[in-house]
Amino acid sequence: MKAIVTRLVLAAALLVAGAAQAQYPQRPIQLIVPWGAGGGTDATARIIASLMEKELKQPINVVNRTGGSGVVGHDAIARAAPDGYTIGMITVEITMMHHVGLTALKHTDYAPIGLVNADPAGIHVRVDSAYKSTRDLIAAIKANPGKLKASGTGQGGIWHLAIAGLLKDQGVDPGALPWVPSNGAAPGLQDMVAGGVDVVPCSIPEARAMIDSGKVRALSIMDPNPPALYPNVPTLQKELGSKWAIAAWRVIAAPKGIPADAQRTLGAALKKVYDSKEYKDFMAGRGFGVIWADAEGTAKFMAKSDTDLGATLKAVGLAK
Amino acid sequence: MTLAVLSQALSLVLDPYVLWVVFASAAFGLFVGAIPGLTATMATALLVPVTFFMPPVPAIAAIVTATAMAIFAGDIPSCLLRMPGTAASAAYTDEAYAMTKKGHGEMALGAGLVFSAVGGLFGTAVLIAAAPALAEVALKFSSFEYFWLVVLGLSSAVFLTFGSPLKGVVSLLLGLLVAAVGLDNPAAFPRFTFGNAELSGGLTLIPIMIGMFAVSEILRNVAAMEQPWEMAQARIGNVFTGMWRLAKRYPLGILRGSALGTAIGALPGAGADIAAWMSYAISKKFSKEPEKFGTGHVEGIVEAGASNNSALAGAWIPSLVFGIPGDSITAIVIGVLYIKGLNPGPTVFMEKAPEMYAIFFIFIIANLLMLPLGVAAIKGAKQLLRAPRELLMPVILLFCIVGSFAINNSLFGVVLMLVFGLLAYVMEENGFPVAPAILGMVLGAMLEEHFISSMIKSDGRLLGFFERPIAGALGGLALLVIAWPLVRAWLERKGGKP
Repeated sequence: MKAIVTRLVLAAALLVAGAAQAQYPQRPIQLIVPWGAGGGTDATARIIASLMEKELKQPINVVNRTGGSGVVGHDAIARAAPDGYTIGMITVEITMMHHVGLTALKHTDYAPIGLVNADPAGIHVRVDSAYKSTRDLIAAIKANPGKLKASGTGQGGIWHLAIAGLLKDQGVDPGALPWVPSNGAAPGLQDMVAGGVDVVPCSIPEARAMIDSGKVRALSIMDPNPPALYPNVPTLQKELGSKWAIAAWRVIAAPKGIPADAQRTLGAALKKVYDSKEYKDFMAGRGFGVIWADAEGTAKFMAKSDTDLGATLKAVGLAK
Repeated sequence: MTLAVLSQALSLVLDPYVLWVVFASAAFGLFVGAIPGLTATMATALLVPVTFFMPPVPAIAAIVTATAMAIFAGDIPSCLLRMPGTAASAAYTDEAYAMTKKGHGEMALGAGLVFSAVGGLFGTAVLIAAAPALAEVALKFSSFEYFWLVVLGLSSAVFLTFGSPLKGVVSLLLGLLVAAVGLDNPAAFPRFTFGNAELSGGLTLIPIMIGMFAVSEILRNVAAMEQPWEMAQARIGNVFTGMWRLAKRYPLGILRGSALGTAIGALPGAGADIAAWMSYAISKKFSKEPEKFGTGHVEGIVEAGASNNSALAGAWIPSLVFGIPGDSITAIVIGVLYIKGLNPGPTVFMEKAPEMYAIFFIFIIANLLMLPLGVAAIKGAKQLLRAPRELLMPVILLFCIVGSFAINNSLFGVVLMLVFGLLAYVMEENGFPVAPAILGMVLGAMLEEHFISSMIKSDGRLLGFFERPIAGALGGLALLVIAWPLVRAWLERKGGKP
């Protein structure tokens, strides 16, 4: 009898030891998205999660942790246990929020896995809006400061900075277009269609569904090249002769201090996903821009973004 | 809705894995419903950690099926033990038991089963027709309209239910306080965090709900453990005998119960239990033979049985279209919808149409499956009710702990669950309703966000909340609901004077 018990205990101990040594990942992974569902970050995160699931052979649950102009979700990623089972999609805002005093979090608080996308800003109005061009719109904002309202991300978020920077560039007070914080581009666009706000300066692909269903009009793109989806939408250079350009980017990152092997496994899986036909097709289909950098390259890319955007925030008076 | 969407939805549903989940959760729902003290909401709360590991459609299917079965199965101990299996059966428990005593047990159970399915299908039909149509309208809603919808939901949970409005308000404020914790507000300002990292992320709702709905029930069961259950000795024959005759005899009652149930379900804060009470009372009021009620008469069971199951489907209408839960079950469901990427809102019927229609199919399947599985549950009822409570309760507590831990893989969830379980027990023992607190927690963030957005848009003028036509109408309605207790008191005083 005693022998049997000993053997059982031994067997159990072996099982436990075996499980402990087994390869990462052992259980479902959580991927935190700091913005609302239906927006561009959410869509990109979900396609990456579904493709990475196949690489890692574990479910990846996408969780939208919205609120606080993106602070809540970014904070949740940075503060999660660094065990490789919580990762997140951090966005351009991480190199902006600390400049405006929203949070102390910086891009250096994460272990980057890889850069997967960048999208320039556009300018969108309701389809029945009186403003047919960026020139009309800026003139109206200048003529009636505070009358028109804009939305599409949190206070001091990338699209807020995009339009404020453009106004500054055109010699208009950025405060003449008050900002209504929203949990991403999708709720901002829906609110604009419902008549709640007048302008949403989000990226073109984020507005695509609304443009295609005839509810929203794109006035221009803040990039040297016209958008791939709608080549007829003018660039700022063409319409205003302005050199103003700004883009949002997205990075998959983990909390700082995750095990090196987990970071390597995730990086390898993400690279495979990035190179896959499914990812490229999905991104092209949605009109999203693709760009790759590995962990090291991503860290450098984020550092440059931090310097550039910090300077712009100061210039338009949003920095503290 | 196109044929392509429908066939996509069908292929999602007819996946063997989904069907297996439906069967398993049906069995689970019947068991939970049949055991007095275990509720349909508790079944949902216990399922959440399990659905965490499933794709979206089976995850939602598990909850839909388990709750439909549980609400019906609540009728079984009503007939046999004179104890409602879930709160939704309490309205007609005495009636059902009296029927069993008179030797009509199979008719009481049959009526509960058949008309539960009928009511469930009615509610499903309304859900399928109303939700996408309502979503079209909701596309025109801005933060002003949403703000008033949330206010309307919160105030009807407090003022349009039974019990003291004052205690309801206290419970609601407690819920709003919980929702205020953390960074998750428009200004990203840390509130009530005491410098604690866990608190700055806000209080996670699912462990709280597991606590409030499951742990509080466990505590209540433990407090009442001494009295053993006494089972009525009755032979149960073919439960379908005479059902067609009943349907022909009470068509109006069935229709009225189903329609009222769906409407009550769709109203935030009120669910299947209130629907059953109201339908039973209405059935008695309009009956040709009201004197027979209470003596073992089937009429009220037919109407209220249809009502409580239709309420279940009705509650999904505001939940899917606006993200405002119709009852405590859908309050939990909304959390699951977000985790699974089926974020409620008017656009969900465009972006996730196949998944939504798959959920509708599941509703139909669950209500049809109720008939054969219900018969099996009735046949096995005596064995089922012999499950020893002193073993059952610790097992459920274990599930609660594992579930709360699994949501964020943190012990903080377990602490939250235990604290709120104790809180809910103390609240309910002292007559404070739990539903307003739950609604406050689920809707608190939405309320604040839409209020702030609206104030910025209207440059700080409160009148802006009434300037858009739909917002104005919703605002008026909300104010009316809030003023209702005053109006009622005034009417009563006026009527009381000679």
